Amino acid sequence: MSSKKLLMTFPVTATSHQLADYRARGGYATLEKVLRTMQPADVTKEVAASGVQGRGGAAFPAGRKWGVINLADGQPHYLCANADEGEPGTFKDRWILENAPHLLVESMLIAAYALEVRHAFVYIRGEFDLPYRRLAGAIEEARAAGYLGAPLFGGAFSCELVAHRGAGSYVCGEASGLLTSLEGKRGYPRNRPPRLTVKGLYRRPTVVNNVETLANLVNILRDGAAAFKSHGTPKNPGTRLISISGHIAKPGVYEIEIGYPWRTFLEEDCGGMMNDANLKCVIPGGISTKVLTASEIASLTLDSESVESAGSSMGSGGMIAIAEGTCMVRLLQVMLRFYHHESCGQCTPCREGMGWLHRIIDRIVDGQGRKEDLDQMLRISRMNDGTTICGMGDAAGYATVGILAKYRDEFDYWIEHKRSRYDGNLECRPST
Amino acid sequence: MTDNRSVLPIPSEELAALRARYPAGFESSLVMPCLRRIQELRGHVDDGDIGALATYLGVPRVQVEEVLSFYTQYRREAGGRWQVAVCRNVSCSMRGAERLIDACERKLGVAVGETTPDGRVTLSTVECLGSCGTAPVMMVNEQYVENVSVESLDALLEELR
Repeated sequence: MSSKKLLMTFPVTATSHQLADYRARGGYATLEKVLRTMQPADVTKEVAASGVQGRGGAAFPAGRKWGVINLADGQPHYLCANADEGEPGTFKDRWILENAPHLLVESMLIAAYALEVRHAFVYIRGEFDLPYRRLAGAIEEARAAGYLGAPLFGGAFSCELVAHRGAGSYVCGEASGLLTSLEGKRGYPRNRPPRLTVKGLYRRPTVVNNVETLANLVNILRDGAAAFKSHGTPKNPGTRLISISGHIAKPGVYEIEIGYPWRTFLEEDCGGMMNDANLKCVIPGGISTKVLTASEIASLTLDSESVESAGSSMGSGGMIAIAEGTCMVRLLQVMLRFYHHESCGQCTPCREGMGWLHRIIDRIVDGQGRKEDLDQMLRISRMNDGTTICGMGDAAGYATVGILAKYRDEFDYWIEHKRSRYDGNLECRPST
Repeated sequence: MTDNRSVLPIPSEELAALRARYPAGFESSLVMPCLRRIQELRGHVDDGDIGALATYLGVPRVQVEEVLSFYTQYRREAGGRWQVAVCRNVSCSMRGAERLIDACERKLGVAVGETTPDGRVTLSTVECLGSCGTAPVMMVNEQYVENVSVESLDALLEELR
């Protein structure tokens, strides 16, 4: 199977992120074509027909999200790119922000036209300094070239775009928390309904899409929905950016055609495991997706259906390869410390549950674990599932349940022997 | 005592330009960009800034305080000249972040969360910086330093004067 590329289509050079290079690659021609030849509703129809799904983790069809926006409601509408990339293991949107910021700007202008948006935002995580500077530079270039803040191509449509920086908070990657943060408050997620497409930013209809989802729009509108659908699988069209890290020989961001064989990806594209180690398991798409063992992934392909058939998810495309000999107790400890740190504190099950899980695993690692601790951890995880405003409570539960279901023996060993079955190290060592 | 100083450290032309970028009625959205800029200029956000910003934007003072205490990047007190923040999340830990944090503590002679007595470096840890492919990674002030090793740490810390 060939791996078609739709986003990583050009060599990265010192100037490839700039407007002149982007234009030389055909940049902003699709925007012009769309504005001159299509009505806003037709753009949404094309996006819906492409079947493109959200690339941030939830895989919600973008066309269906857009379809909720009523173009005739007389209200201001807002568009926000979610560039708060914070799911551990995920760093693929950063590739777009650093190397193809104009692709995001052009795509957002297309989306803004389709959704009758006059003010669009990119909410970018506060730690992303170079990505922010690249994006801000692209916005300045686009403004100077007349793409932003002025009527485009002789029509009436114009749109402003603002890059808005976060300040360190995982939960702001959740769309409603992101909008609350964009309103200048604590990034507390909101209860639905109402959906954000009904009442979002400042209670106005708002579309929040992941950076990579948006970046696909230029392709979809340039070549048409049918061309886009010809890539990937029927239910899961297009390509995905996979950011891979951990004990892999060649970590980095790769673009794969959806449906690409998982083992081929790991062994050929990513050069196999570092130090010639053997693969123990993989976290498919950010630490909030359930871990899959080496044998479980052996016959799987990288698409939602295949990964979900094994009980996990493609998530955010943040893949982590884990070598044999890695202590899963310590790995879960690092994850639970993270979730505890990032719980926003709004919902009791998450606020208390994250701390509780974290305290239990710390106790186990300190050699004070009790036999009943593991069942207690599963109970707490179940208690979180579906009982919190946002998905973070569920996510920590998935991570915990996923690891305990497959590696419970390592936890039993630690509780009984007061030490790791391995050496408790998370680093990779050569295979023996 | 609440400091009611009414002057923000941000030049007024810059504030006006920032304000003009957002739609009318979005004053509340300026809380975070303004706090970031104050911190860039002053090194931290002090009590006087809170009152001045609340007054300038017409938002409740408590909103500014809530924001300051929620997000991890804001500093309420002056720290070292260099802020060294080492990622300790999954991918970085799998590539040696735990040894790196130990080495930072040893070489700087401070624990995580502390500042060297000469005011040079404040050491902290952070959760996932979104740079897992070049782990382990640390942030030195605003800049990412990627693929750090215990061996390359000496030269790196030496540069932070």
